Amino acid sequence: MTRARRTGGFLLAGLLLALLVAGVGSYYASSHPDGLEWSAEQEGFGDTARDSAVAGSPLADYAVTGVDDARLSGGLAGVVGVAATLVLAGGVTLLVRRRGRDRADAPAGRTG
Amino acid sequence: MHVPDGFLDATTSAGTAVLAAGTVAVALRGARAELDERTAPLAGLTAAFVFAVQMMNFPVGAGTSGHLMGGALAAALVGPWTAVLSVTCVLVVQALLFADGGLTALGTNVVLIGAVTVAVGYLCTRLATALAPRSRAALLAGSGIGAFLSVPVAALAFVGLFAVGGAVDVPLGAMAATMTGVHLLIGLGEAAITVAVLGAVLAVRPDLVHAARRLRGTATLADRPATAVGGAR
Repeated sequence: MTRARRTGGFLLAGLLLALLVAGVGSYYASSHPDGLEWSAEQEGFGDTARDSAVAGSPLADYAVTGVDDARLSGGLAGVVGVAATLVLAGGVTLLVRRRGRDRADAPAGRTG
Repeated sequence: MHVPDGFLDATTSAGTAVLAAGTVAVALRGARAELDERTAPLAGLTAAFVFAVQMMNFPVGAGTSGHLMGGALAAALVGPWTAVLSVTCVLVVQALLFADGGLTALGTNVVLIGAVTVAVGYLCTRLATALAPRSRAALLAGSGIGAFLSVPVAALAFVGLFAVGGAVDVPLGAMAATMTGVHLLIGLGEAAITVAVLGAVLAVRPDLVHAARRLRGTATLADRPATAVGGAR
């Protein structure tokens, strides 16, 4: 149990760090165009970019519609994003993982 | 690096979508060998962490910025197939919720950021651990080099796709040079973050790091000097 509890502490610390980076740190991120956007402008194909079909979503561009304070808006968006990614990726990996003993027809063909 | 809608024509975007779907299907099978009860939660955390750090654009001079792609880091932490799944989850959340990266370009982004960077990072890390199986420094160096190279390689892969189905005709040589130049700089940041995070996890919980499986004997010895290595479990 000790080992499981230690792993739980490690995962919790990692999650808090992710929330801190996305919720607080992201406000201080550079707002300059990224390498691809910048190259596209330099090389003359920047104006071929089109708005995503979800560009009007309430979280588009990492801001929450209706929240005027930039720090709060971006921070909330970051926290929502971390939570959504955790649920999605955590769900996928929990479904895919080997449980206890492998079934005989397991694709990887390894037994636990 | 997230490709928006419009850069690539519909045919090319459909092609990368099929390629991405195939890659994810293979990854779903491959990840089963990498994930057990103990490592599965780390895969979810890795995705959430990569999402967070991808928000941290760092300046690379000349009014340009870059951010972590995370493929090399995820490959070292949770294994290559699980890394493909983790980074793909990040890209799906970004495209659907935050309009970061286009919807028709989602397949392109999964191929470039979810597969190419993972492959380059994993191959470099694997090469380093094959050359020096017991060395934590070699593992970190391999992952760092892999992270560094993964960014310009993904950038060049985009140029390749643009050559096939770009929206407009532009001189490809100049485009390749511009893309490579700026992404070499971003690769330095990718390498720094990858080595820092991987080094920190290796210091605290080396037993959870996929790429350090072969170092685990040493770690177990150091943790519990009185017990036999790899006791029955």
